[in-house]
Amino acid sequence: MSDESAGDDGATAENVGTRFDRLPATADERAVEGRSTRAEVLEWWEDRFGVDPDTFADYTFWERGAGKVWALRGEEPTPVDIEGLGITFLRTRQEHWKPTLEAVQRFGDAADRNVIHLSREEARRFVAGEDQELDWEGDWGYLIVTADLAGETEPLGVGMYVYGELRSQVPKGRQREF
Amino acid sequence: MDVLERYEPLIGDFAAFRDACERPLPSVVRVNTIKTTPDRARAALDEAGIEHETCEWNDGLLRLPQDQPGANWPYVHGWLHGQEEVSAVPARVLDPDPGDRVWDACAAPGSKTTQLAALMDDAGRIVATDDSLGRISALRTNAERLGVTNTAITHEDARNHSLKPFDGEEYDHALVDVPCSCEGTIRKNPDTLDEWTIEHVRGIAGVQKGVLRRAVQATRPGGTVVYSTCTFAPEENEAVLDYVLAEEACELVDVDLPLESVPGVTEWAGEAFDESVRRARRIYPHHNDTGGFFCAKLEVTA
Repeated sequence: MSDESAGDDGATAENVGTRFDRLPATADERAVEGRSTRAEVLEWWEDRFGVDPDTFADYTFWERGAGKVWALRGEEPTPVDIEGLGITFLRTRQEHWKPTLEAVQRFGDAADRNVIHLSREEARRFVAGEDQELDWEGDWGYLIVTADLAGETEPLGVGMYVYGELRSQVPKGRQREF
Repeated sequence: MDVLERYEPLIGDFAAFRDACERPLPSVVRVNTIKTTPDRARAALDEAGIEHETCEWNDGLLRLPQDQPGANWPYVHGWLHGQEEVSAVPARVLDPDPGDRVWDACAAPGSKTTQLAALMDDAGRIVATDDSLGRISALRTNAERLGVTNTAITHEDARNHSLKPFDGEEYDHALVDVPCSCEGTIRKNPDTLDEWTIEHVRGIAGVQKGVLRRAVQATRPGGTVVYSTCTFAPEENEAVLDYVLAEEACELVDVDLPLESVPGVTEWAGEAFDESVRRARRIYPHHNDTGGFFCAKLEVTA
């Protein structure tokens, strides 16, 4: 599911930050330097969180802004110069890729590793944007944070675990004080 | 000046209408079925100790008599969206299927866009247009919080909506929920009529005609276009339909509405409209104890 345009002259193109360009399927098809590929994105979700690549079978991935990857249900012609295309999904072009809160709330159900479950009180501090000391035996780095709601475990957002501390990554506009 | 007096000739029980307009409305939330079910949303509100009652005509609309929509756990998870009860009517009337291609012509801040996405099981395509970047920012925030992944957002004047970014593909349906004089929101915003002028009504009616025309043009033959406003003014309702019926290949069809309503009016201020505008529906605040609303459904014929 890719048909990235390389420009008419076939030369390596620069990322145009104001429009949506579809991610190439694989590195062989990459025309824009530093752009992640669909294969890399699928592999990352599987390696980091155990999300089956089939979860995203109906989705296309797009870059708009440097390293900002969006997920769209279905296909559209590329490139497309509009204001929004699905949801922001993943931050690439940095050492540690970072999923968005929106991606985690939408697809986090399918994750089975690097998922940290919080009590109601811990979740309250997390959505308020607070950092907190917590025990965690797994990897450091970005974790999917879950909490119980209406009798089931539900994905809530993204935390970064380092040095015995879970640092809330909830964006300011999504923080809430309870 | 009293704007609402001008509607006395149209409204059977005008005293009941006046009384209803003076009562405040409760907060209402729509359950986001992209992320949960009405049953689980109710359970989550119970857990949070938030009183709620389900709207009789729509299992996914919950009144919150004591609370604001945004301050609870199910909201944080993107399970709920604050949306006035009648504002949930047009997407239901449009009734899209998963896989359809739908244009939401005046989309921001996205209550109806995200409701359409949920009715489509977040499959198919919605193109959501608005002419204000500030309002598009709110639209994007709402769509993301609710996990809507099937929507493309364009910034343009809907009257000149371009199909070019999408290879010229026509729509199966369009929702034309236009900017209007908002008289029907008086129960939410009591000062909404303070700046009412007939010049504004006439001016905005010109925009409404342009947007509805473009929607009919951009929809395939056999497709449907839903037109809605939250105003009582026939200048912005039946007169707009009358104009577009004459200019474009379309006809009005019946609206299947689970709420009490009355037919569109065929005469106003010395003007007569096409008889078929009776197929449109007027919802007055005293009918169902909601805000005021107007909704019509057009089928594209060529």
